[in-house]
Parts: sequence; C-alpha cells; structure tokens
Amino acid sequence: MTDPITITGLNKVFTSPDGGTMAAVKDVTLEIGAGKLVTLLGPSGCGKTTLLRMIAGFEDPTSGDILFGDRRMNDVPPNRRDTAMVFQSYAIFPHLDVFENVAFGLRLRKLAASEIEGRVERVLDLTGLTGYARRSPNQLSGGQQQRVALARSIVMEPRVLLFDEPLSNLDAKLREQMRVEIRELQQRVGITAIYVTHDQIEAMSISDEIVVMKAGAVEQRGTPHAIYARPVNRFVADFIGKANFVEATVRDASTVDIAGIAIAVADMPTRPAGSAVTLLVRPEAVRLSCDAGVLTGTVRRVMFLGNLAEYLVAVDGVGDWLVDCPNPAETGLHAVGEIVRLDPSPSSLHVLPA
Amino acid sequence: MARDTRAELRLLARDPLLAVLLAAIAIAVAVFVVYPLVRVLLASFRVDGVWTLQGYLDIADRRLYRNALINSLGVGALVGVASVVVGYLAAFVMTRLDVPGKTILHYVTILPIVSPPFVSAVSILFLFGFNGLVTRQLFGIEDFSIYGFHGVVLSQIFTFAPIAYLSLRGVLASISPTLEDAALNVGATRWQTFVKVSLPLSLPGIAGAFLIVFIESMADFGNPLVLAGAAFPMLAPQAYLEITGSFNLSRGATLAIVLLIPSLTAFAIQRWYLSKRQYITVTGKPTASSSKIVSTPVKWLLWALLVAFALLVAAFYAVILVGAFTRVWGFDYSPTLAHFAYVFDVGLQSVKDTLIVAIITTPISGLLGMLIAFLVVRRSFPGRATLEFAAILPFAVPGTVVGIGYILAFNDRPLLLTGTLAIIVLAFVFRYVPVGIQSGIAVLRQIDPSIEEAAHNLGADGLTTFRKVTLPLIAPAFFSGLVYAFVRAMTAISAAIFLVSANWNLMTVQILNQVGSGRLGVSAAFSVVVIVVVLIAIAIIGAFVDRWSRHTTMVRHP
Ligand SMILES: Nc1ncnc2c1ncn2[C@@H]1O[C@H](COP(=O)(O)OP(=O)(O)O)[C@@H](O)[C@H]1O
Ligand SMILES: [Mg+2]
Repeated sequence: MTDPITITGLNKVFTSPDGGTMAAVKDVTLEIGAGKLVTLLGPSGCGKTTLLRMIAGFEDPTSGDILFGDRRMNDVPPNRRDTAMVFQSYAIFPHLDVFENVAFGLRLRKLAASEIEGRVERVLDLTGLTGYARRSPNQLSGGQQQRVALARSIVMEPRVLLFDEPLSNLDAKLREQMRVEIRELQQRVGITAIYVTHDQIEAMSISDEIVVMKAGAVEQRGTPHAIYARPVNRFVADFIGKANFVEATVRDASTVDIAGIAIAVADMPTRPAGSAVTLLVRPEAVRLSCDAGVLTGTVRRVMFLGNLAEYLVAVDGVGDWLVDCPNPAETGLHAVGEIVRLDPSPSSLHVLPA
Repeated sequence: MARDTRAELRLLARDPLLAVLLAAIAIAVAVFVVYPLVRVLLASFRVDGVWTLQGYLDIADRRLYRNALINSLGVGALVGVASVVVGYLAAFVMTRLDVPGKTILHYVTILPIVSPPFVSAVSILFLFGFNGLVTRQLFGIEDFSIYGFHGVVLSQIFTFAPIAYLSLRGVLASISPTLEDAALNVGATRWQTFVKVSLPLSLPGIAGAFLIVFIESMADFGNPLVLAGAAFPMLAPQAYLEITGSFNLSRGATLAIVLLIPSLTAFAIQRWYLSKRQYITVTGKPTASSSKIVSTPVKWLLWALLVAFALLVAAFYAVILVGAFTRVWGFDYSPTLAHFAYVFDVGLQSVKDTLIVAIITTPISGLLGMLIAFLVVRRSFPGRATLEFAAILPFAVPGTVVGIGYILAFNDRPLLLTGTLAIIVLAFVFRYVPVGIQSGIAVLRQIDPSIEEAAHNLGADGLTTFRKVTLPLIAPAFFSGLVYAFVRAMTAISAAIFLVSANWNLMTVQILNQVGSGRLGVSAAFSVVVIVVVLIAIAIIGAFVDRWSRHTTMVRHP
C-alpha cells in the first residue's frame, strides 16, 4: 500500500515576471522509508513548501526526479499521485459540510455510497469528529477544522501523506495535543508521511527522522536525537534548540582547550592537536554551582521559567553563555552579580565537524 | 522566459483537456472579438474600393462629424463627472451613514441598471417633450425643446449614475471606517478627515467609476438617438445613420474607429488604475457602518439628496408605467390596455425572440466568464495576459463598433451569419462576458488557491475541480455574471440594431422604432414588459444560484 519515496537531484527555480530567478529548492536528494514520518524543518522561506508541493505535483521540478516506490512521478498529475495533503490553511471546502468534505475524494473514486459512509464515519471517529458530520466548516473551531483536513486526507488511505505546517494556526496547547494525535494516527495506519514545520519542538516530537533545510538545500538529516546532539554545523545546532558556540583548540584525543582551560569531550572527532574547532555547549549541558566547576563566571541575567531557570553567565575569558538549570524551585536561584562555577558535562559536548 | 514558456507548454501537454479548452476559447475570442474590430479598422481605410486616409480627412474636414466627436466627448465627460458625484453621494450614504430606508433606496437607485438604457429617454419625452407633462401641461410652455445637449445629459445621468454608485459602493465599503475614526482620534476635524483620509483613499475608485461611465456614455446609442436631435450630432447614432440611412459602410466604419479611440484610451487608463490599486482585503465582518465623520445635520442633508434622486428615478419609472396604460399622452389620459395588446400581438414575435436570445446568451456568457476567470487566475499558459486582455476588451468597445464589425465580418461564407439567431447570440455572449470575467477574477483572487489544490490532491481533474469547487465558491461572481448577461441581452440596442433581421427581432429595437414613429405608449408598454421580465429573471437566477451553491458566506446587497 504505502511506498518509500526517493528524491534525486531535485531543483526548483522560480522565474519572476521581470526575468529574475530564484532557486527555491537546490539539488535535494532524499530517501524516505516506507511507513516513516520524516519532517522537513527549516526557517520560513527555505523551500519546505516548494519541496512538498513538488512531491504532491503542484509544482513542476526544474530538474531531478521524484519516485514513489520505483515509479517516477514527475509527469503524473497531482490528482493521480495518490498523495493526500494537509494544507497549512486547511483548505476545507467552505461550501460543503464536514461529512462531504471528508467524502469528497471517495466520491470521486465512485465508491458505493455505503462504503463511503462507512469509511467517513470511521475516520470521523478516529479524529474525534463524531457528531460533527453535518456541521458547516465555519461552525468549527480551529482545532476541529484541522481535524477535518486531517480526516479528509487519511480517509483516502493514500500512498503518501503530506503535511504543510498543519498546526501553525493553532494555539500552543492544542498544537501539542494534535501533534501527538497525528503521530499516533500515522503509526497506526502506517502511511509514509512528510511533515513540514519550522517548529523544532514539533519536529523532534513527531518524527522518525528530521531533514534540516536552509536556503533550499538540505543541511542535515537524522533522527531527532542525532540532529540535536550531533549537528553538523552552527546553523543546524542553532536552529534545533539553544546553543552556545565556543572557539576551542584541540589538546588531545579527548580534551579541548577553552581560554587555557582543559575541557573533556566524550566524543571527539580525530583532529590534530592545536587545530581550531568550534565547541557546541547546550545550555542544559552545564552544571551551575557556587563551588564545583572548571570555569568561573558572573551571573548577568536570570529568568525563572517554572520548570527551569535560564541564566546568562559571563564566563571568564570565554564570553556569554546561556545556562539552563532544572527544577529551580527546589535548588534555589543564583542572583545577578553572583560569581558561579560552571561544569560542562563531557558526554553532552559536541565538536562541530566544520 | 523561454524556459517558462516551455514549462507551460509541458504542463499543457499533460492536461490535454485544458489545452483543447484554451485553444477553443482563444480561437473564439480571436474570431468574435478581434476579427470584427480588424474588419472595421480595414473598412475605415477603404473608400470606394481604394485604400485611403480620405475617410479620416473628411471627418476632420466636415463640421457635422467634427461636432459629433466634440459633442460625444463633452457629453461623456460631463455625464461622467455628474454620475460620479451622484454615485459617490449614494455610496457614501449607503456605506457610512445610519439612516432609514437604505434597502429600498438601494434598489430604487439601481433600477435604471436593469432597464433598457434609454427608458429614461422615453420618460423624459413624457415629461419634457412637445406634449410633456411638465413642460406643456404644467407650465404651458410651447417653445421648449428637450432635444439636444441637455436632454441627452439628463437622460444619461439617470442611466449611468447607478453604475457609478455600484462601483463606488464597493470602493467605500472596502475602506474601513476605523481609518476615519483614527484620523478623528488624532484631532482632525470631520472635514479634514474626509478630505485627507476618505477622499484620497477612494480616489482610484472615483477615477475608475468616472472612466466606466465615460466609456458607457460614449457608447450609448439609445439616448442620443431619441434625444439628441438633428442639431446635436453624436458619434454612435451618426455612425448608425451613415450605414442605414446613406448605406455608407466606410464612413460608418471610420466614425466607429473615431468612437473607439477615446473609449479604448479610457479603458486603458482604467485598467492601469486597477493594476495599481492595492487590494484592501476585506477581513471578517463588515465594520459597523456608523461613521462619525458627518455631523447630524449634514447626515440628513446627504440623505435628503439621495432620497430626492431616488424619488426622481421612481418618478421616471412611474411615468413609464402610467404612460404604458395611457391612451394618448398629452391629449387623452384615459386608461387603456391597447398598448399592451399591441405588444402581445404585433410585437409578440420580438418578445419571444428577445427571450430566446437572452435565455441562450445568459448561461453561455455566465459560464464562459467564470471559466476564463478561472483559467486566467489559476492556470499558467503561454499568452495568458493576451487572452485576458482580448476577452475583456469588448467592455470598452462601443456596441455600434461591434455591430458594424459583425456585419462586415460575418456577411460572407464561410462565416455567413447575418440574419441568424447565432450572430445576435455571439455578439451578446462576447460583449457581456467581460463583466463576469472581471468579477470572477476579483473573487478568485481572494480565495485561497489551496482549496482547489486540495480537490486536485484528492483526485479531482481540472474540470471536476472547476465544477465542484471553484464554481460554487465564486457563486456571487457567477450570479452577477449571469444577471448582467441576461439584463444586457434583454436591454441591448447599440450592437443589436445592426444585427436584427426580419427573422430575429428584439424588443429594444421595437421600443426605438415606436419612439421614432411617435407611439410613446407602445414603447412604454414594451419597456414595462422588459423590466418585468428582467426582475423575474433576476429572482429566478438568484434562487437557482443559491440553491445550487449552498454558499453560506455569500455577500449580498444590504
Ligand atoms: N510561486 C512562486 N514564485 C516565485 N517564488 C516563489 C514561489 N513560491 C515560493 N517562492 C519562493 O521560494 C522560496 C521558498 O518558498 P517556500 O517553499 O514557500 O518556503 P517555506 O515553505 O520553507 O517557508 C521563498 O523565497 C519564496 O519566496
Ligand atoms: Mg511554507
């Protein structure tokens, strides 16, 4: 039923009316395993939507190939690709009620009325829309509209599910709830899915794999954990979570020097001693205390966020670091101006390859 | 650029239905819009079988034609200004003031739009003609002549101010009153607010309305034919007289081109304005229409002015209605059904013909308009801008020019159409499709394209998407396209008068003939029939579009 997707050397160049060109997608090569949920993550304007629309068939690639299974899809019109897309704006048919919205694609397939009814009811049930079948879309809340869009897609049992920032119009609570539901649903039906978002938390919580994009090109792909812990460059590190970047020199196979102080790094790439590298220090990878730690600094700003305290610390000889300390209600807060010691955890430090 | 064209062609190759449809539309537009114009242009350079500029030199030379040009331009400009003033007043009252009777005022004000464009001319004859109720009976004036400049201008203001009103109403409605509130809030006086905020914001709309009325006035045929008189020549009737009176096709064609040039210029300026206009997206519910920018006395003054105008319009139609039942206006005011008896006896053929023409024209024109709008907005193909321009062009081409073009273009094999039903229907379809196209484009641009993409994504092909999603979504534009086509087909005269024949005759032509032979009562009866049919048809079309679209967010008049 469901298929892996193979994308090779895909490019999209837009030509503006005045003759200027704009490369929205640059030489993207990707393989997405059958039944997997892969997220395209990147800042606004990096080409995520364009890539997704090429997969759905709404945009023609300038060059490159798109395969579902072994079938080349480039010349297949969107209505024959058997993908189902959840649009950012939901794109619910405003003139049809919830039931007819969900039944739209099935009716086009000329299925028997009883089968349509059964499938629509089942999907409405699955998406928590039972009882809303005869509502008009403008009588629904944002979350319900989002579910209609979702129901309309999965009822098709497509080969590929495509999501374009489906949760971006929802408020934070609902967003969290919906992403769990989407993930569960996708796993239950086991359809290959591509999910576009610019929200890293969403991407990490939902994906089998994340593809980080920048300016039309793929920067890195990997599991959420790999992307977070072992980003290939500053851009990825910065985009996924908060990051402190520290200029360091390699001392030996397991230590780097920052400001003349030796810092242990668990997973060091092999580099000659003395070469300059960039060390990624995640804010939660540093323990802050009054007495124990290899580095010294002064607290410049404190923010109490409930589950954690976020500090800005001027680290002696290094610069400003963000440091997160969990459970501040229990451990107490350091005051601004206080001198503190910092102790980075070797296994959480990462030397950027580039 | 080249690569884009190739990409577009590749897309077409993948969607053969779209390709066929486009080819058919392009050919039809070329044959029925562009080709007749080319024929008029060619004919204007041919006098007695020789290529020459003589036709144009004659027009520059002879007083009659020079005056016709000057008169038409002058009337067009004056009527344009006056209509915009009336239209702005009406639009302002409707969109900004909290006054009673707005619904009825709205419908009375737009009544002239749904009646033949020269009904007011007939009213004016009833009121101010040689046996006019006001001039003769009330004041006993013997030597007053309504014919000439003042008669035409008066009649055209009544005919075209409603058009300016409708277009300005849209403009004013899209300017949020909160902007005015903001200006008042920072200390501007009401007058400053109006002059510095409201007026500048509506300026493009005002210019657009002026240009539309100017184009309509230049193209108007019925009012000048009835009211201009021999001493006040105007281009459109003059071109007609050259052809039917003197059988001088070449002179008629030359006058037609002279008529065409100012209209096209105005059209080009109007399009340019439209393209410059930033879209003010109307979001959410319409803002409460109680503006603070007029004081209470001014509010009631403006309202009174609009009521006065509406009363005049109502009076004009009352006169038509009474006139249709009056034996001999000016002499014998006893009631009679004789005029209607005439209409349904001698005139019955033209009543039937008119209905047939309108009923065939309406759905074709309405659907074609939506289809072209859809293709232009949602599909990319080579020559898209050209197609859009050519399809909208007839809006700016005076009917007289179209009529002459059609008799020149379709009088020979293989396109021998003169005297048939087809020539009238074709002329009407292509003449009245631009309004549908334009409103379709405007509505489509505000609809998220991903709604159609969703349909596509769920397996609908292009045509199914159009039928099941696009068309219901643009129901308001579809409705106005249908109504416009029907109203125009029922009330058209300027092109039709060249195309009617013994086999296919139209009521409007009958009305003019009856006016010409002094039987005002019969022409009034014909007019009443036309108006009643149009009103019934609007109700039917409205019910039909409503039922079929179930479009809940449809915007309606107040
Ligand atoms: N139809 C188009 N014509 C021209 N440029 C486009 C078009 N669609 C997208 N772009 C440009 O391509 C780039 C990528 O857009 P998009 O794929 O929508 O980004 P994202 O979804 O990541 O925010 C943007 O710079 C955008 O302006
Ligand atoms: Mg996007």
